[in-house]
Amino acid sequence: MKVPEESSVTPSVPEELLRKWEARGVSRRDFIKYCTAVTATLALPATMMPRIAQALEDTRVPVIWVEFQGCSGDTEALLRANQPTVAEIILDHLSVEYHETIMAAAGHQAEAAKEQAIEKYKGKYIAVVEGSIPRGEGGAFCTIAGQSALEIARKVCGNAAATIAVGNCATFGGIPAAAPNPTDAISVREAVPGATIINIPGCPLNADNLTATIVHFLTFGRLPATDRLDRPLFAFGKRIHDNCERRSHFDAGQYAEAFGDPGHRKGHCLYKLGCKGPETFHNCPTVRYNEGTSWPVMAGHGCIGCSEPAFWDTMSPFYRRLPQVPGFGVEATADKIGLGLVAATALAFGAHGVASAFRKGDAMESDKVVKED
Amino acid sequence: MTKKIVVDPITRIEGHLRIEVQVEGGKIVNAWSSSTAFRGIETILKGRDPRDAHHFTQRFCGVCTTVHSLASIRAVEDALGIQIPDNARLIRNLIMASQSVQDHVIHFYHLHALDWVDITSALKADPAKTAQLAQSLSPWPQSSAAYFRSVKERIAAFAGTGRLGPFQNAYWGHSAYRLPPEANLMAVAHYLEALEWQKDIIKIHAILGAKNPHPQTFLVGGMSIPVDPDSQNALNADKIALIGKLLKKARLFVEQVYIPDLLAVASFYKDWAGIGGGVGNFLTYGDFAMDNGGGTDNLYFPRGVILGKDLSNVMAMDQAKIAEYVTHSWYSYSKGDKQGLHPWEGETSHNYTGPKPPYQHLNTDEKYSWVKAPRYLDQPMEVGPLARMVIAYAKGHKEVRETVDFVLKKLGVGPEALFSTLGRTAARGIETLLLAQKGEVWLQQLADNMGRGILEVHNGEKWDPATWPKEASGFGYHEAPRGALGHWIRIDEKRQIANFQAVVPSTWNAGPRDAMGQMGPYEAALIGTPMVDPEKPLEILRTIHSFDPCLACAVHVLDGRGTEIIRVKAL
Repeated sequence: MKVPEESSVTPSVPEELLRKWEARGVSRRDFIKYCTAVTATLALPATMMPRIAQALEDTRVPVIWVEFQGCSGDTEALLRANQPTVAEIILDHLSVEYHETIMAAAGHQAEAAKEQAIEKYKGKYIAVVEGSIPRGEGGAFCTIAGQSALEIARKVCGNAAATIAVGNCATFGGIPAAAPNPTDAISVREAVPGATIINIPGCPLNADNLTATIVHFLTFGRLPATDRLDRPLFAFGKRIHDNCERRSHFDAGQYAEAFGDPGHRKGHCLYKLGCKGPETFHNCPTVRYNEGTSWPVMAGHGCIGCSEPAFWDTMSPFYRRLPQVPGFGVEATADKIGLGLVAATALAFGAHGVASAFRKGDAMESDKVVKED
Repeated sequence: MTKKIVVDPITRIEGHLRIEVQVEGGKIVNAWSSSTAFRGIETILKGRDPRDAHHFTQRFCGVCTTVHSLASIRAVEDALGIQIPDNARLIRNLIMASQSVQDHVIHFYHLHALDWVDITSALKADPAKTAQLAQSLSPWPQSSAAYFRSVKERIAAFAGTGRLGPFQNAYWGHSAYRLPPEANLMAVAHYLEALEWQKDIIKIHAILGAKNPHPQTFLVGGMSIPVDPDSQNALNADKIALIGKLLKKARLFVEQVYIPDLLAVASFYKDWAGIGGGVGNFLTYGDFAMDNGGGTDNLYFPRGVILGKDLSNVMAMDQAKIAEYVTHSWYSYSKGDKQGLHPWEGETSHNYTGPKPPYQHLNTDEKYSWVKAPRYLDQPMEVGPLARMVIAYAKGHKEVRETVDFVLKKLGVGPEALFSTLGRTAARGIETLLLAQKGEVWLQQLADNMGRGILEVHNGEKWDPATWPKEASGFGYHEAPRGALGHWIRIDEKRQIANFQAVVPSTWNAGPRDAMGQMGPYEAALIGTPMVDPEKPLEILRTIHSFDPCLACAVHVLDGRGTEIIRVKAL
C-alpha cells in the first residue's frame, strides 16, 4: 500500500494530539504513518486522516475476544499487525478485557474479568470472535469453564455494540464445518442471528483489515459498508484476479505449467496450477501480509480462496484449475467468473454432494485454455 | 484436607485446556488434564486429494503454524517414495528453524514470563539500577537508564488509567514471585521489545512462503517458492540478503536478550529445578536434515528414546511401537477401550460421555478429555525441547553438550536439574540459541546452490496421481517447537486419503490416563507441586506453561467420510 509522505498531511493533525502520542512512546512519524495507512486501507480520502487520528484519541474501547473452534491463527495474525507501532496503538487504544491467549489471569479469575466487562460495558464493547461454534453433543465439542461455545457466544455477542467475526471459521464455519462437518459447526452469524456482525474472513484474516475495521467503527460510530456476506467492501469488494500482479500474464496467455518451470520462475500466471484468484474476493494483492512483504501468488503458490464461504469444499482440490475460465477477454472473464462465484456461494452452506457436482464440472482434463507463450 | 481445584480456562496457551487437581497439605497430590474442544479435521480429510492434506492440517494450529503442513507433506512423500531437491531441504530447514526461534521467544515472553515476572513490582524499580543490571548481563544496546525510565513511565500511565485490560485479575503480589523490581522492569521492557521483534523476524516466512501465520508454499515434492537469481519473481540475491538480515536480527536478540533474561530469571527460581519433573521418559523423531540423502541418521537434532531418565541408554526410535489409548478419552474403539492402537490401525468414533454443559466438574474416573493417550512401548513419553536436548546430550551432540553444560554451570546445578519445570524452560532457550545460530549456515548453503546454478525446488515426477501405486501408506515426522509430531496417512486406489492420523506433541504431553491408569506428562509433572494459595493457581501455570501447551491440534477423530458416526447423547 502506498503511504503518502507525512509532510503532506502532518499539518492537519493537531499538535496537541501528536504530543500525547509521543508521551506514550509512539513517535509522530509512526502515528501519522499508521493513521494514513488505515485511511488508505479503508479506501477513504486522505482528508479523512485527521478524523481518524482524533478517533484514536478518544477513550480506550473495551474489547472481549473469544476463541472457540479455532487454531489461534487470527490471534497470531493480530500479533503481526501491519504498521510499525500497531501493537502499541492497539494496546494503548483498546482495552482488551478478555483474550485467553494473552491475558495474565487464568481459570475463574479470567472468567470473572469477562463477566465484569460484559456487565460494565454492556452495549458498548466490541466482541471479537475467532473460531466456529459446534452445536453437536449439546455443545460439548467446545467448552470453556464448563460452558458451551454457543452459550458464551450468545452472551458475549448479544451484549456487544458490535461483533467482529475474524477468520473463515467464525465468519463461515471454516474448516470444522467442511464436509462432513463432524461437530455440526456453524458461523457466528448462524449462532447469534440477531447480533450486529461484520465478517472478516481469511485463513487467517489479514490483521490490517481488522485494525481498519475497528478504526472505522471508532471514527464513524458504525461499521463499514459490506457485501451480502457481511464482508467490508473496502477489503472484499474486488476479486484477487482483478488486482493480481500477474494479471497481465493471464491476459497474455502466459502460464506456469509446473512448479519450478521457467514460467513459474518468471512469475507467470498460476491459474493452471490451481489458483482460485478469479473466484475469490479479497485485498491480498494490494495489502499483502506481514507488513506488505508478500502474499501467496507472489510466493509462487496459487490462491486457495480462503476468504470465501465453504472454500475447503468448493475450492478443493486446490491444485486443480478452476472450471471454464476463458484465457482471453478481460470482460468476458469477469462476467463468467462472477457467475461461477454466485454458484459457489449458493453452495456455501449446502450439502457436500453439491460440492462434488461442482467438481465434476471442472474442466481440468479437457484443456480449454488457449496457451500462447 | 483434600481440596479439588479446577483451572479452566488455562490461559496464555493455544487452545482449550482444563486442569483439575487435588491439593493436600499445600501440595498437589492428584491431577487431571482435559482438553475441552474438538474439531474432527481428520474426519474431514478422508476422501480428499493427498496433495491438499497440508492445507487442511496446517489449520490444526495457527501458533505452531507450518509444522503440520510439513509433517503431512512428509507423510505423502514417504508413502510415494519422493525425494525432494536440496534447495527444498534447505528452505524447509530455514522455515522450521525460524518458526522455532520465533515461537519459543513468544512463549518465553508472552505466554510464560508472567508466571515468574510481576509487572506491578516493576513500578517500584529504579531505572538507573535496572540499567546497571541489564548492562551487567548483556551487551544489548537498549539498556540505558533513560530507556528503562520511559518503559516504567509507560506502565505507570497504563496502570494509572485503572483499566488493566489483559493484566487485570492476575496474581500480582503473590508470594511466589521472587524477582527484585529491577529484574521485573527489565523483563517487562523485553516483553514489549519481543512483541515488536517477533513480527519482524517472521517476515522470513513471508519471503519464503507468502505469509505467516499459515504460509502457503509447501508442496508434496518440495516447495512452491521459485529460486532464480535472474528473476524478480523468485528467491533471488535481494531476498537472500533480506533473509540474512532477519536471521541476524533473530540471532542477536536470542543471544543478547532471551538467553541472558532466561539465566537471570532462573537464578531466582532454582527451587523449580526440583519441581515438575513428570514421567522421565523422552521421545524424539529428530529433524533438520544435514544432507539430502533422505535418511534419519544425519539430523541436526537426533532421533531417540530415553526411559526412566537413563541418559546412558538412548534407544532407537521405532514408530511401530506407538499406540494410542482412549480409555479415558471421549472416543471408543470397536474392540473395546482397553487396548491401544497403532495410528495406521487407528479407528475411532467420538463418544462424549461427559457432563452436559454448563458443568462444574468432570468425572475424572471415567472419560474426561478430547485428547487421546499415546504411549511408546506402553509408556507415557514427554516430547519437546527438553526431550530433544536430553537425547542430543546423551548422544554426545557437541553443540548441545557445550550449551547445556554452560547453562548448568551458570546456574550452579547438575544435569538432574534438567528434569524439572525449570529444566524444561531452560532447554527451550538452549535449542532456540542453537537454531538461531544454524539459520545463517543453511541460508549460505542455499545461496551457494544458487550460485552454482542449482535452481530446482520441486520434484514433480510424482505430482500426477496417475503415477502413484494403487495403495500406499506413509509416516511423516517433524520436531515441531512443542515436540515430536507424527502424521500417518493411507492412500487408497482412488488416490484419495483413506485414513489420516496425527499424533501431535500436545497429545503426548497433555494426554489423559491410559488403560493401565498411567498419568500423562502434564498430570505427572504436577504431582508434588507446592501451592501457596489454592485460589491463585500460579504454580500450576508455571509447570503447565513450561510444556508450552498447544491444544487445537491435539484433538482429533478418525472416521470414514459417509460412515455413520456414533453419537451418544449426554444427559
